[in-house]
Amino acid sequence: MLFDYATVLVFIALGAVTVALMLGISRLLAPSAPSAMKASTYECGEIPYGSSWVQFNIRFYVVALIFIIFDVEVALLYPWAVVFQRLGLLAFVEAFIFIVILLAGLAYLWKEGDLEWVRSLQEPPARKGAK
Amino acid sequence: MESLALSLVKSFPALSAAPMWAVSLALMVTAGVVVLVFALTFEGVGSLVLRKVAGDIQARIGPNRVGPNGILQFLADGVKLVLKEDLIPEKADRFLFKLAPYLVFVGSFAAFVVVPFGVGLSPADLNIGVYYVMAVTSLVVIGVMLAGWASNNKWALLGGMRAAAQIVSYEIPVGMALIPAVLVAGSLSLQDIVRSQGGLLGLFGWNLFHNPFTFFSFILYFTAAQAETNQTPFDLPEAESELVSGYNVEYSGIRFGLFFLAEFGDMFIVAALATACFLGGWNVPFFNAALLPPLWGNLLSLGVFLAKAFLMVLVMMWVRWTLPRLRVDQLMRMSWKYLVPLTFVNLLGVSLWLLLFRGKGIPQMIASVFG
Repeated sequence: MLFDYATVLVFIALGAVTVALMLGISRLLAPSAPSAMKASTYECGEIPYGSSWVQFNIRFYVVALIFIIFDVEVALLYPWAVVFQRLGLLAFVEAFIFIVILLAGLAYLWKEGDLEWVRSLQEPPARKGAK
Repeated sequence: MESLALSLVKSFPALSAAPMWAVSLALMVTAGVVVLVFALTFEGVGSLVLRKVAGDIQARIGPNRVGPNGILQFLADGVKLVLKEDLIPEKADRFLFKLAPYLVFVGSFAAFVVVPFGVGLSPADLNIGVYYVMAVTSLVVIGVMLAGWASNNKWALLGGMRAAAQIVSYEIPVGMALIPAVLVAGSLSLQDIVRSQGGLLGLFGWNLFHNPFTFFSFILYFTAAQAETNQTPFDLPEAESELVSGYNVEYSGIRFGLFFLAEFGDMFIVAALATACFLGGWNVPFFNAALLPPLWGNLLSLGVFLAKAFLMVLVMMWVRWTLPRLRVDQLMRMSWKYLVPLTFVNLLGVSLWLLLFRGKGIPQMIASVFG
């Protein structure tokens, strides 16, 4: 068992060494002629305007929150799946209740509009000919 | 692999002088280097095949200058990337900017540890295999987000945030769609999952044919995984027409190349997981590999596994060049409103089937009718 995890560690170390090695070779071979223009931020050839570390869309944050809830639940279902065939009906009923609660939560999010990417504060005006 | 180390010491008495941990370490590093060479070769050749397939599908020629029919193009690209100047923007967060490629590449490469390449041919057969892959590939998200943030570039920031939102959104369906394979096998180890699909001529035992729900979860998995690896139709993070190149726009030279390599590594991991969990892994159809002498059996299973995985990679490329790109709101709707509820219901379907038919699949029932 420990042997297997030692292999994982070796792989991780090997991956990191590979990256370092590639960067090292590149440093030896590649030209280096830095200039102020090259080191400036790329903005389609325009002169960069301000910093990029500014506020961005809050939707990303909401998605991350929803993700955490569901990811925890996926993590919980994996051990359940391993023992499912041994436990039988009881395990099924438990998972059923669990999943129904989660689906109710998803339905709530859906109704509240948190699953919409583009969310305006007012209702859009009804278009002509729309259902 | 532990037993391999022991048998190695037994068959070569000279080794018994060396301490056990040294033999083991040498063995692990050898396995690591072999897999690393395989991964890098796959990533290089994969980039060439991707462009050849693109050329064929779009009625163009594709790369054809370097070597016969352009087959050395990937080497030329690699050399070019190494020889390019490595630029770090002045305003970037230098430490995070340098850290990001490490996370992305290591996260993608570490997933190769548990891939069941053949009978007994996993670098390490972790008893939490599937779970481990899910966990370690999440490193890639962190790397991508760091790359986007550290660049201090508006395109990179937007691309990185989009990529993170997309990858985490599709991680839920990917995780849920793999659970049916775990349910059927009753184990998280990828070798066990492959072994559980061995019966019935090595073809009808596949989870793909087990019951209608497992068939459906393969389709769900494949769709979600296509999105998780940022392939078209889900390649919004690097939508070149609006975000120029997304999170890696400020990266140049080999630092950019590392993101590129990791992307192809992820592609192989997705294909390998699909193969191991649904397409019978290394089980050879219509042939019992155990009949061959040990080494030949291992090699045959290795070949069969790679053939299936490469076929899956080709299908991914085919999808990639056939479908148009989604819009960002369609992308989110696809995950949260379709794939997530469907995988939940599908999971209940699989577990109900296993409960009602005592773990038997349709092919098994048909086989038992005919004796």
